[in-house]
Amino acid sequence: MNNQDNLLIISSSPHLHSRNSVTTAMRDVLIALTPALIASLYFFRLAAAKVILTCIFVAVLSEVIAQKIMKKEVTVDDYSAVVTGLLLAFCLPATLPLWMAAVGAGTAIIIGKQLFGGLGNNIFNPALVGRAVLLASWPVAMTTWTTSLDGVTTATPLGMLKGGMVEQLPSLWQLFTGNVGGSLGETCALALIIGALYLLYKGHINWRIPFSYLGTVFVLTALLGAFKGEGLWYPCYHLLAGGLLLGAFFMATDWVTSPLTKKGKFIFGFGCGLLTVLIRLKGGYPEGVCYSILLMNMVTPLLDRYTKARVFGGVSKHA
Amino acid sequence: MGLGKEFSKGILRENPLFRLTLGMCPSLAITTSVNNALGMGVAFTSVLLASNMAISALRKIIPESIRIPCYIVIIAAFVTVTEMLMQAYMPELFESLGIFIPLIVVNCIILGRAEAFASKNTVLPSFLDGLGMGIGYTLALVIVSTFREVLGAGTFLGYPLFADSVPSALIMILPPGGFITLGCVLAFLNLMQNRKMAKRNRVTQLRMKQQAAQQISSN
Repeated sequence: MNNQDNLLIISSSPHLHSRNSVTTAMRDVLIALTPALIASLYFFRLAAAKVILTCIFVAVLSEVIAQKIMKKEVTVDDYSAVVTGLLLAFCLPATLPLWMAAVGAGTAIIIGKQLFGGLGNNIFNPALVGRAVLLASWPVAMTTWTTSLDGVTTATPLGMLKGGMVEQLPSLWQLFTGNVGGSLGETCALALIIGALYLLYKGHINWRIPFSYLGTVFVLTALLGAFKGEGLWYPCYHLLAGGLLLGAFFMATDWVTSPLTKKGKFIFGFGCGLLTVLIRLKGGYPEGVCYSILLMNMVTPLLDRYTKARVFGGVSKHA
Repeated sequence: MGLGKEFSKGILRENPLFRLTLGMCPSLAITTSVNNALGMGVAFTSVLLASNMAISALRKIIPESIRIPCYIVIIAAFVTVTEMLMQAYMPELFESLGIFIPLIVVNCIILGRAEAFASKNTVLPSFLDGLGMGIGYTLALVIVSTFREVLGAGTFLGYPLFADSVPSALIMILPPGGFITLGCVLAFLNLMQNRKMAKRNRVTQLRMKQQAAQQISSN
């Protein structure tokens, strides 16, 4: 018998290992995004496939190149670049020229993520950085929407709402199933909710941010709608239309760029909701999910600092 | 320090924008086109040259306790001259630079050179310091604006570079483009600096090892 087998092994904590890692978490996010992926392929056909593949390919490629140049370990096998590419593609219109999608994916990874120090150090959600840069650079191409299935140019439901074209609005059921104009991954509410339930079940995202985000939007639009004499359909419409569900479940809950504390999560979700409603109803854009999440990303470190729980037994307040 | 070094330090080693990160506000605002950057650079350099020389010549007369207001008055006088000259002979450039010409009065680089250099040196070194800093600042503005104009407007000095079918990235001539470009250039320069320092450290370490080895062998 080998002497070594009888040795008492002492190691530092943690002693209990879970099989969770960045890779498995990212893989679960990809699984959760699959229903929305299938929906976008069904509604936008080949155009969706082209934009999605371009985004993912360029995102992964930029990550490899950036990490090689910065002489860091290449970590594309953790799937985080794939998730970024897919999420970016989900908030782009199907008709976007592919080279623009490529620029967006490259910007997202290189400027939004690697220049800040890579995964875990980025201040802003990389996919949303890519989208914001594209929207500022090519506003026309980024807001040319087509209806799903037949590919006719149309306004998004939120655009119609803003433009006062109330009689053309698609029904709530159409919004729920996804047969409306919009960016690739945001149209089918059903698919997004299925994916979100999977992530919640797996424990990768916490209910607090989506709950407070969606709740704030619902309450505020219900109140403002009541002033205008609109019924209950109005807040429901705001919940289902646009990128709100995609943003609330898959982008605002980004582990890196959202607060860690419970109170911080509530404030973060409330801030996102408030800004979204303000931009949608009072601002110049029909949709405000992207900018509201980016703005709240900025205050995440502050929220974490000010909502830190008191150490048990510690002093309640500094004199 | 030799006179040559007083001139050359402003261009790279102590470049006001890239190394000292001074004068950020006008730099971010006017670098939307190379033309604007050149105009701003020339106006800035002429004011800096004149104010450096005047302050250096008057450094023994200006009372210590009220030197800052005195500097400001001198700088403001030269800015007014430059502003009127530009308005008379280059009205288009004057229009496009707008408020940023009069704002040269409170430009921290000019005040900084007056306080840090001109008030302690004679006229000739102050002139060279002003010239070097002015050229360095102009170069920095031209570098930043080249990226922004080519990517954001698809032109260089107003000449179109690409076919019309390629729409340029509007963000580059909007305010975020200024921050992104300046950030990337600064990051690149810091990277170069770090690599140079690392190389220098390796060389000195190697030399020390060799010397130590020689000493041991000679003993």
